[in-house]
Amino acid sequence: MVGPAPGGGSPLENANPLIYRRSGERPVTAREEDDELPDSIDDREIFDLIRSINDPEHPLTLEELNVVEQVRVKVNDAESTVVVEFTPTIPHCSMATLIGLSIKVKLIRSLPERFKVDVHITPGTHASEHAVNKQLADKERVAAALENSHLLEVVNQCLSARS
Amino acid sequence: MKDSLSLLARIPAHPDSRCWFLAWDPSGTLLASSGGDRSIRIWGKEGDGWVCKSVLGEGHQRTIRKVAWSPCGSYLASASFDATTCIWKKSQDEFECVTTLEGHENEVKSVSWAPSGSLLATCSRDKSVWVWEVDEEDEYECVSVLNAHTQDVKHVVWHPNQELLASASYDDTVKLYREEEDDWVCCATLEGHESTVWSLAFDQSGERLASCSDDKTVRIWHQYKPGNEQGVVCSGADPSWKCICTLSGFHTRTVYDVAWCRLTGALATACGDDAIRIFEEEPLSSPQQPTFALTAHMPRAHSQDVNCVAWNPKEPGLLASCSDDGELAFWKYQRPEVC
Repeated sequence: MVGPAPGGGSPLENANPLIYRRSGERPVTAREEDDELPDSIDDREIFDLIRSINDPEHPLTLEELNVVEQVRVKVNDAESTVVVEFTPTIPHCSMATLIGLSIKVKLIRSLPERFKVDVHITPGTHASEHAVNKQLADKERVAAALENSHLLEVVNQCLSARS
Repeated sequence: MKDSLSLLARIPAHPDSRCWFLAWDPSGTLLASSGGDRSIRIWGKEGDGWVCKSVLGEGHQRTIRKVAWSPCGSYLASASFDATTCIWKKSQDEFECVTTLEGHENEVKSVSWAPSGSLLATCSRDKSVWVWEVDEEDEYECVSVLNAHTQDVKHVVWHPNQELLASASYDDTVKLYREEEDDWVCCATLEGHESTVWSLAFDQSGERLASCSDDKTVRIWHQYKPGNEQGVVCSGADPSWKCICTLSGFHTRTVYDVAWCRLTGALATACGDDAIRIFEEEPLSSPQQPTFALTAHMPRAHSQDVNCVAWNPKEPGLLASCSDDGELAFWKYQRPEVC
């Protein structure tokens, strides 16, 4: 489903990416501290789930590479929908499908099952935008990909906490 | 319309997994379900409830995507992401895997028996459709590999009374195949869907084919034979298939399955918006330009995507459905008096 695995001594596609500052911790509001009130899931909460995902190529997070941004996360808690747009660092990035898959897997694992999770490329930022979006939207192909132990390991590496 | 579809039973058929597909046996007494847990379960009615009669656990290494009963009801074929298709032989309540069909390069997505029972079709993410011939000794031989699609093939289904095969693909098209001088050839391509075509269903006569898609629509195609009164052009002796109706604006996400009841003509859909919908042809609409009315809509039929809908072949209005939530549900459909 995705291109060659990272590493293996091949040169980096984007050897010198721009690095962005991480956002601060989310301030906890008085309302959230009140256990009597139900908390709805908001954009920042979704962003917090995906911002620390590791880039498959660089020792940096998707937030530090500006691949994910809070403004490109849209959650509708009442309708149980989450839409995330991500921006590959270069328009020919062969890792785009893997990055999208990692975001999707992270959200599916973290959110209640009622959520419909749609992950696609920020319009106009990748040469194979349509093909990548179509693969990410095809749950049968995603399910089959995640049964591939090698690919699952690569995804889990992107989702693991960096030491 | 409100009470036209009512829940009869709900069963956690494949707990902690997806339930991908359902198939009724030809007698309508057994229902097979397949899932992400690599098992097939056989369900039968006992008293007022449905119980699991058998679990077919050995056989596949990965998700079992679809299952199909042979027309005689003695065999069950299962298509798996492990690239194989298993043939199970039934004796009383026991099932034994008698053959494993190998050859596809990767995930087998669908399997279907021809009405004669002597031909089987499979399709795969490897973009090919294979036709297999079955002899009296239960030997299977691949007689054709069809490479008409340019992408992943999602579904195959045979015409109800002819040796005509249809396939649906990630390349947004539907293709039809027939035998020609000892080989199989693609004889029609149905274009119109704007994204992946997930499933197909012929009506009882086989003159109409319904297709459902990631483009959130269902299309109804009609077969026009050479020399038809309507003047639809055919090439040579092959019939022409024309889209005569598009059901759009009803579904809000991908339509994963469509089922055409052979007893009542009702058309059911399984959708990624968790709903089941049923449509009926309006009695006064023109057969060449029919309109279909939504006669039932069950918004939260399941707690997650509905993957499959299957009409019982003998009991009118009995519908089974299954979902990503691992559940299997049985429904009673009653056509509303005014539709």
